[in-house]
Amino acid sequence: MTDAPLYRLDNLVRRQGDGFVLGIPQLEIRPGEVIGLLGPTGAGKTTLLRLLSGLESPHEGEIRFRAQPLNGGTPLILRRQIAMIPQRPLLLGGSVRRNVEYGLRLRGAVDASRVEKMLADLELRPIAAQNAQTLSGGQTQLVALARALVIEPDVLLLDEPTANLDPAHVALVEQAIGRFRQEKRATIIWATHNLFQARRVADRVALLLAGQLIELAATHDFFERPVDPRTAAFVEGKMIW
Amino acid sequence: MSPFAPRKQRYFRGAKGDTRNMDDFNSYIWPIVWLSLQVAGAAVLLSAVIGLPLGCWLGLARFRGKGAVSALIYTGMAMPPVVIGLLVYLLLSRSGPLGAWGWLYTPKAMVLAQTILDLPFVVGITTAAVAAIPPELHFQVRSLGASQWQARRTILREARPGVILALATALGRSMSEVGAVLIVGGNIQEHTRVLTTAIVLETSRGQFAIALWLGAVLLSIALTVNFAIIRFHRAPPT
Repeated sequence: MTDAPLYRLDNLVRRQGDGFVLGIPQLEIRPGEVIGLLGPTGAGKTTLLRLLSGLESPHEGEIRFRAQPLNGGTPLILRRQIAMIPQRPLLLGGSVRRNVEYGLRLRGAVDASRVEKMLADLELRPIAAQNAQTLSGGQTQLVALARALVIEPDVLLLDEPTANLDPAHVALVEQAIGRFRQEKRATIIWATHNLFQARRVADRVALLLAGQLIELAATHDFFERPVDPRTAAFVEGKMIW
Repeated sequence: MSPFAPRKQRYFRGAKGDTRNMDDFNSYIWPIVWLSLQVAGAAVLLSAVIGLPLGCWLGLARFRGKGAVSALIYTGMAMPPVVIGLLVYLLLSRSGPLGAWGWLYTPKAMVLAQTILDLPFVVGITTAAVAAIPPELHFQVRSLGASQWQARRTILREARPGVILALATALGRSMSEVGAVLIVGGNIQEHTRVLTTAIVLETSRGQFAIALWLGAVLLSIALTVNFAIIRFHRAPPT
C-alpha cells in the first residue's frame, strides 16, 4: 500500500479533568485497511475512535484526515465520510426501517432498495416494521450496524460491534462488514476484546494500554512475533490489569 | 327553529333589558371563539418558534450558570398573568417605550402578553424533556452525519412527549388566561373580546347561563385539542 495516509495523528493527547486518557505520539492509518484495536477496558479504545470520528478534539496534538485537520469544527462534508458504531447504540423512536434510513434521510438521499438490501443482509427484514425501542441488545447492535453501513462511509469506526451477539450473528456481522469493505474499499478501525476476532478481520492490530499505544503491527507479526513484552503477555492471555 | 331554541332564548332574558335572541348569541359567540383561537394559536406558535430551539439548546448545553438560568425560567412559570399584563401594558401604553407601535387594546398586544406567559412553560418543559434524552444520542446521530441543526431536530423528535406536553400546556394557559388579556386587550366587543374575558363580563352582568355556555365552549375546545394531541402522540411508528 503506497497511498498517502488517510489519518495522521501527531502528538495526540486527550485528558479527562486532570486525568490522562490517551496519548499517541504518532500514528498513520492507510486507506482501505482494517485495524484491530485491542486493549482492556479503559485502555482508551473508545476515546481514540471518538477522536477519529471528528466529533471530539484532542487537548494537544493534531489529527489529520485526508490531510485536513479533524476536530470539532471539521466541515460536515468531510465528517460525513466517517461513521461510528458505538458500543452501546441508542436507536431512535419509530420502526427499525426508520432507524436504518436515518443516515440517508440526513443526506436527503433515501434509497429504498439500498435500505431493503441492508435489512436483508443483516436478517432484519422480519422486524423491519417493529418499534426499535422494543429490540434486544443483539438486535439493537445489528440495526446500529445496518444504519451505519447503509450510508456507505469511507471510514467505519466500530466499537465492539459484536459484544452482545451470539456466535452465529457474530459471523453474520463479520461477513457483512467484510463484504462492505470489499465493495467500498472502506477503512475500518475495529475495537474488540476478542483476540480471535482481531486476528480474523484485521490487516494490522494495535494494542492500547492505559492510554498508550504499545504496539501496532501487521496481524501475523502482532500475534506471532510481538516486539513489546506487554503485547506478548496480552496475546498469551497472561496480562493481568 | 330548533325545539331547544326557546329554552336557550330564555337565558338571554335573564337580565333586565337584555333582549338578545339565539341569532344574536351565534353572532356574539363565534367571533369570540375565533379570536380566542387566533390569539392563543398565535401565542403558542410564537412561543414554540422561540422556545423549542431555546429549550433544546438549554437541555443539551453545559455551561456555568445553567442552574441559575433554569431557576429563572421556572420562576417565569410562576409569574402571575396580571403582572405580565401590567408590564406589557406599561410597555405599550402611549408613554411606554413601545407606545409608538399603537398595539395597546389590540389582539397583537394580547398575543404579545400570552407569548411572554407561554414562553417559560415551553422553554422549561422542553429543556427538561431534552435533558432526559441520553446525551450520548446527540453524539451518535452526529456520528451518522447529522449537522448540529439536524441533530437538535432529531433530539427534539425523540423528546416528543415532553415537547407535546410543553405545547399543550402553553395552549391551555393561553386559552384559559384572563388577567393579562383583559389588561392589554381591554375586552372590546368584536375587537379584543375572547372567551375568558367574555365569561368575566357576562358573570359581572349576572348572565350566568351565557357565562356557563362560554365556559362549556372553552372546555370543549380544550378537550378537542387534547384529544388531538393524545391521538398524535399515540401515532404508530413509521
